[in-house]
Amino acid sequence: MNDFLTLMKPELVITGIIFLLLFIKLGKGLKNETMLLVIQVLLLLNFLAGFFLNTEGTLFDGMYLTTNMIVLQKNILSLGVYLISLLFADWFKKSEHMPEFFMLMLSALLGMFFLISSGNLLMFFLALELSTIPVAAMANFDLDKKRSSEAAMKMIMSSAFSSGILLFGISLIYGATGTTSFAELPQQLNGSPLQILALVFLFSAFAFKLSIVPFHLWTADVYEGSPMAVTSFLSVISKGAVAFIFMATLYKVFQPMHATWYNLVMILAIATMIIGNLFALRQQNIKRFLAFSSIAQVGFILVGISSNSIQGSTSVVYFILIYVFSNLAAFGVAAAIAAKAGRENIDDYKGLYQTNPFLSWVLALALFSLAGIPPTAGFFGKLFLLTAGAAKGSYLFIIIAALNMIISLYYYLRVIRSVFMDKNDEPLEKIKIEPSAKLGLMICAAGIILVGLLSWIYDYIQSMA
Amino acid sequence: MNLLLLILLPLVTAVAVLLMRNAKQVKAVALAGSAAQFVLAFVLLFGYYKERATGNTAQMLFEQQYNWFPSWNISFHLGVDGISVAMILLTAFVVIAGVLVSWNVTKMTKEFYFLLILLSLGAYGFFISLDLFILFFFLEIAVIPKYLLIGIWGSGKKEYAANKLALMLMAGSALVLVGLLGIYFSTDAHSFDLMQLSQLNIPIQTQMICFPLLFVGFGVFTALFPFHTWVPDGHSAAPTAGSMFLAGISMKLGGYGCLRVATYIMPEGAKEYATIIIVLSVIAILYGAFATMMQKDLKYINAYSSVSHCGFVLLGIGMLTKTSMTGAVMQMVSHGLMTALFFAVIGMIYERTHTRQVSEMGGLLKRMPFIITVLFIVGLCSLGLPGLSGFVAEMTVFMGSWQHPDTFRRVATILACLSIVVTAVYILRAVTKTAMGPLTAGFEELKDASWNEKLAALILIAGIIAIGVAPFWLNDLVSPGAEVIMQKLSR
Repeated sequence: MNDFLTLMKPELVITGIIFLLLFIKLGKGLKNETMLLVIQVLLLLNFLAGFFLNTEGTLFDGMYLTTNMIVLQKNILSLGVYLISLLFADWFKKSEHMPEFFMLMLSALLGMFFLISSGNLLMFFLALELSTIPVAAMANFDLDKKRSSEAAMKMIMSSAFSSGILLFGISLIYGATGTTSFAELPQQLNGSPLQILALVFLFSAFAFKLSIVPFHLWTADVYEGSPMAVTSFLSVISKGAVAFIFMATLYKVFQPMHATWYNLVMILAIATMIIGNLFALRQQNIKRFLAFSSIAQVGFILVGISSNSIQGSTSVVYFILIYVFSNLAAFGVAAAIAAKAGRENIDDYKGLYQTNPFLSWVLALALFSLAGIPPTAGFFGKLFLLTAGAAKGSYLFIIIAALNMIISLYYYLRVIRSVFMDKNDEPLEKIKIEPSAKLGLMICAAGIILVGLLSWIYDYIQSMA
Repeated sequence: MNLLLLILLPLVTAVAVLLMRNAKQVKAVALAGSAAQFVLAFVLLFGYYKERATGNTAQMLFEQQYNWFPSWNISFHLGVDGISVAMILLTAFVVIAGVLVSWNVTKMTKEFYFLLILLSLGAYGFFISLDLFILFFFLEIAVIPKYLLIGIWGSGKKEYAANKLALMLMAGSALVLVGLLGIYFSTDAHSFDLMQLSQLNIPIQTQMICFPLLFVGFGVFTALFPFHTWVPDGHSAAPTAGSMFLAGISMKLGGYGCLRVATYIMPEGAKEYATIIIVLSVIAILYGAFATMMQKDLKYINAYSSVSHCGFVLLGIGMLTKTSMTGAVMQMVSHGLMTALFFAVIGMIYERTHTRQVSEMGGLLKRMPFIITVLFIVGLCSLGLPGLSGFVAEMTVFMGSWQHPDTFRRVATILACLSIVVTAVYILRAVTKTAMGPLTAGFEELKDASWNEKLAALILIAGIIAIGVAPFWLNDLVSPGAEVIMQKLSR
């Protein structure tokens, strides 16, 4: 019993919060402002609780497992959710159904926690569904907007499709090996054609969730249609969680077939980086822009994953931590501006610096971090991913990745140029930022600067691996 | 001396600049900060002499090492030899002059000075790093301030120029990165440490791949032909101090990298590719010189002549003799001072006449005796008049190059020498047209230099003359560093 409480602590805390919100909602209810404050405090406590009383072990015959690394990954996700609750305060306060929104978001987060902790393909499938379906409901949260419903529809269709493929893959694996347990699978895998087919199906399901090319087509539409809070949740938290479990599956379960998936990862990494970057070049809508840029970022994560080493997994987790700060900062600024301008066009950013220096600097930091420019943390994150990937010794691969950083720099600089250089006779007025959103942006900015320069953070992550 | 000061001082200055309330305070802080850098550079120089005088023969002085990302074997390893000291001196000279020249910047003063100081931080960090990772870190830190300086405060096609510069330099540093990773994984040591790598023998196959990557990567920064195309656009669009920093400091990062990183740790690669380097640098020298002849805009004149002059740096490195490499470093210092001064003068003229077209100016000597005298001095330095730094540096490169008896290198040297004639033509033509003749109508009311401009010019002229009249101190400073590289080459 004690084991159960300590090992499943993150999940239990989240479940507790969900029920608490439900009771508050069913009871008298609170004013939106108070409610949001309560939620923010709860999420902060949830994040802090992640650092105490952590143990390693398995439950339910290996269905559920947890290690220090897994706890750390959950903490990163909790941090991201806390930041989301801060950054989009403006939108939350206006929303009629805010408690429901957070209940859905936390359910999805719960699903992701189980996903990361899963030790069996069936558990994995269940958790994946739990982490996806609430997000589709969240995508529909701008109830009066057609685009929002469209996004939810596209999301649910594509995830149903990928779930189907995943189930097919799982059934093939079970047929080929007679087991679905992560612990037993490696001994049964020998690279037979059937197993390779199963790997490909499993891989495609992951590729859908991570929006790896050629399974990325849903991303931009869903990102564009969804409310900004959902978009950022999708692009940061959801992607982070799937990347974690993707890496764990490849490294632990499919280790015997390493030679097979290395080529797969490498080719898809190149395709993802190039396609993501090329599409991002011409986007006018900031959400679509960030969608394609996040596709390209996944390409870089794949470079790190391809290394198949402790250095690789450390740098992926490190990169995702940085990515949480950088991407959320960019979305936070974009949300503040979109609320004021009523549109999400990059042209609205022209001359932003004249009226909103704070937002401009945060946006610049975030974009530089995404582009990998020092001294921001993104520089270190990308560099370590490339270094880990380079250990395999493929020059061409690394040159392509490095040149992709240049392409991405071009479009990030385009936004920087609008903000700092382009003249605009009627720039946006000074935007009044919610105090909590300001706090969120400051945390993000501090994270972007400090996570890179303080090298012990990297060592801490490595010590967990 | 604690080398960390060279990083901390600009950092503190930059933060202090951000905290200031008005433009006046910003300027005062920036000036105080850059003056402190100036003093610090001299403290370093004399500290270096003192150490050497007491018989300290270590290759690097004032070494410091701190753990940074130990799991990747990266450490914050600092240290200087004569070459780095010379480059740091150059940086300090250009920074203080740049701060003084920008006294009249009114648009976003705080941000302007913040970026200038940040750029100097990148340069100092680059010159004192002995770990290739932090060297790369500082190299990239110096790129974005340039982009913003050109894009926000520039003139003409500034957005285009800023974009081109940032992308080309970043592409260069991407090549550097790939080269560094290749070196990192080629030995079992898995190290970025320059001192450690110089002791190891990097496999020949790796050198064949990584040397060109590193050399071209750094070469982009220092206008290696055919990757020089950002130079004219970037320099002409940049604000005065931006051009000074670009040509005076930033282009030297590349030359220093080519010498210290590429040539030093991969001598076999350097020997193998020396021919190509020489050919490309001679092309740059001649092409730059002839292209300058066709220019009508003063800034373009200096930008293209920078391509030509930086060709001498690469020529000196490509010739691979001790003298030629010493000459290359001297040329970096000399050209840095000279070109910064040139851009400063052009900026002063432009601020008054609002034109940079040579054809639209004339007889300015009558109205602005000080500025035009400086223009003469810098022009004469550029065309290599003895007594000024340009002559000394180029002469050393030629002497080093001539030490090779083979026809190919002799011919290359002679061709490079020819460019001096061309330089004389374009410099004299531009300077005489600007200074002499009847005063152009409308320029009757122009004022001569103000105190800050005079001070900036005098500081840089002092540097030029100090090298030109007494080159031995710079030579003595640099040649032990070149000697170490030579030993590695001849091993």
